[in-house]
Amino acid sequence: MDGRHLSPDLAPAGATDLRQLPQIGGNRRIVAGLLAVVAGSLLFVAVQPRLYKAFCEWTGLYDIDRAQRVAASSLPARPVTLEFDANSHDNGLRFRPETTSLAVKTGDIVHVTYRVENTRDTTVIGQAVPSYGPQHAGGYVKKLDCFCFKQQTFAPHEVRDMPVVFVLDKTLPEDVNTLTLSYTFFEVPAGNVSSSATSPESRK
Amino acid sequence: MQAAQHAGHAGHHDHDSHGHGPTGIMRWITTTNHKDIGTMYLWFSFAMFLVGGAMSLVIRAELMSPGLQYVAPEFYNQMLTLHALIMVFGAIMPAFVGFANWMIPLMIGAPDMAFARMNNWSFWLLPPAAILLTASLFAPGGAAGTGWTLYPPLSVQMGMGMDMAIFAVHILGMSSIMGSINIITTILNMRTPGMDLMKMPLFCWTWLVTAFLLIASMPILAGAVTMLLTDRHFGTSFFNAAGGGDPVLFQHIFWFFGHPEVYIIALPAFGVVSHVIPAFSRKRLFGYTSMVYAIAAIGLISFFVWAHHMYVTGIPLTGQLYFMYATMLIAIPTGVKVFNWVTTMWRGSLSFETPMLFALGFLVLFTIGGLTGLVLAMTAVDIQLQDTYYVVAHFHYVMVAGALFSAYAGLYYWLPKWTGYMYHEGIGKLHFWLSMIFFNIAFFPQHFLGLAGMPRRIPDYAQQFADFNMISSIGSFGFGFSQLLVLVVVFKAMKGGVKADAKPWDGAHGLEWTVPSPAPHHTFEDPPPFDPAEAHG
Repeated sequence: MDGRHLSPDLAPAGATDLRQLPQIGGNRRIVAGLLAVVAGSLLFVAVQPRLYKAFCEWTGLYDIDRAQRVAASSLPARPVTLEFDANSHDNGLRFRPETTSLAVKTGDIVHVTYRVENTRDTTVIGQAVPSYGPQHAGGYVKKLDCFCFKQQTFAPHEVRDMPVVFVLDKTLPEDVNTLTLSYTFFEVPAGNVSSSATSPESRK
Repeated sequence: MQAAQHAGHAGHHDHDSHGHGPTGIMRWITTTNHKDIGTMYLWFSFAMFLVGGAMSLVIRAELMSPGLQYVAPEFYNQMLTLHALIMVFGAIMPAFVGFANWMIPLMIGAPDMAFARMNNWSFWLLPPAAILLTASLFAPGGAAGTGWTLYPPLSVQMGMGMDMAIFAVHILGMSSIMGSINIITTILNMRTPGMDLMKMPLFCWTWLVTAFLLIASMPILAGAVTMLLTDRHFGTSFFNAAGGGDPVLFQHIFWFFGHPEVYIIALPAFGVVSHVIPAFSRKRLFGYTSMVYAIAAIGLISFFVWAHHMYVTGIPLTGQLYFMYATMLIAIPTGVKVFNWVTTMWRGSLSFETPMLFALGFLVLFTIGGLTGLVLAMTAVDIQLQDTYYVVAHFHYVMVAGALFSAYAGLYYWLPKWTGYMYHEGIGKLHFWLSMIFFNIAFFPQHFLGLAGMPRRIPDYAQQFADFNMISSIGSFGFGFSQLLVLVVVFKAMKGGVKADAKPWDGAHGLEWTVPSPAPHHTFEDPPPFDPAEAHG
């Protein structure tokens, strides 16, 4: 071992003290400062949703409320009849919309609910696939949330109400006065169950 | 020997464990010694590197030919997500924290880290996080399949594997913040007398800035994933459009963390290279002061460029222009560093031992990765290349050839100091050349794939991409298996071989070479004398 590693009694007097003593207070001060940075960062991210909204509104750089914008576009709203339809594909799911027909205006944010009942004694995993009539109107249904976004798991004899939320775009072509939104529930083959298959237990 | 020598040091009660402390596994669980903890960090990161690497081989096996061969698309997504999370948070970051633990006290002449017990806790938070991440594969619905960016709406919809990933990120964040507080305090308060900040080894400088980046950015990520968690389970709508939230907000928050994170990985790598290149050029580092300012500039600018990851989210033209120019600005301090490394070698007396080879490999490949980064910074080009394999090629050039090669340079450079024996130069060189060749076979063709329009994160592709994907897969398997040579090198050097001198590299500078090899359990109980001529490693 080299001579640097002297035992304390051989070390020059005060050599250890020089570094040890001021350190104790100094360490605390630095840690306090660094924790303040951590707290500042946490605070910054906590106010972010508000700050983001305020910034976007103040500068007008980014349209944060696209749904509202679609709803409030300068095009005049006009009445449209929505029809809802549901089919199941021989999978023991009894599937129907709560409302079959709805009079709305373009630009409205529409909430509708579908009810599914699993008539089997076994769990069924299914996914709903949408279709539109007329077909080209589909692009004007701006969905914000839909049970069709993912696979759904139904316990035996479970009854579940599931929402669809969408905005009807004001640019919907003039010739479309009645729009049919139809869902078909398909059973998912065992090999294709997705990792996100949702059941009531896994989501709330 | 040391135990007897230091028995009288009443002031250093943290170090009493050696000799009469717990033995066996308990020694490692309870240790507060910076060298033990550094070793554990390095082993942990290597283990995670193998796990993450195995996942990448699953990805490359699937991509070997078009169509679906081996895994389901959902599992493929989980593999690429975990590969990224494990490599970033489990392998590269802990590896450099391991280097920091081992080397910073030795470089600045400190007996240990400032908060030795917190140091122990920082490390032992990692295994639970790693277990959470890997175990999420077996959760109902599998692991998170969103990519490491965890973008909503998908991350709001996934199964409980996502929750496990979120908690893992929380734990990793806590570990990083504690580690950073420790490193900053150590560097600011425990340098040996005479070593002022501008005489400090450059590796310490890179870690000082990195630790600040970690402290400022990790809470941001923690906040973002916490909001995801409440959106998932508590009915909030931060990112849920149906409830009035905005998924783009998540991208802003994530990348406000994510871009500094890139430099959290890159800066310590710069630090290691700044030690290795001068040592094997037998010259002092060129432009030490400009290096320090470049590090600080990179760290600072990294907080103001985040939206270059988001050019296609509909940000306004003014935003695109600002983020484009700000991003290109980073190339200036980075260019200063590359210039200084090259100038350090200019007219040096170069020799090409394994650490130098890896440092040179770093220099060449990292520069290529930096150039493709500039290409991607250009908004008009990025809109074409966004989410293609060009991006994958770009960040593997900076992450693998940048961070990993530099970590290997550091490993070979300091291994004699850690084990007391020289590593086997032949195997080391073989490791370098295999890595260098296979890395380029694996990742260079991905530039072409990206330019041709192959999207990333999809397990299948069009026929015309088949040949380059086959080449890339062959390269990645070669690269993956040649990494096992590291184990051979390290085990051989642990078992014995040629005894290493205190300073095995004639061109090396710094206090770490004044202690014997292997470094004794306790070093610098008293501040060592510091010769300013030895500064600027």
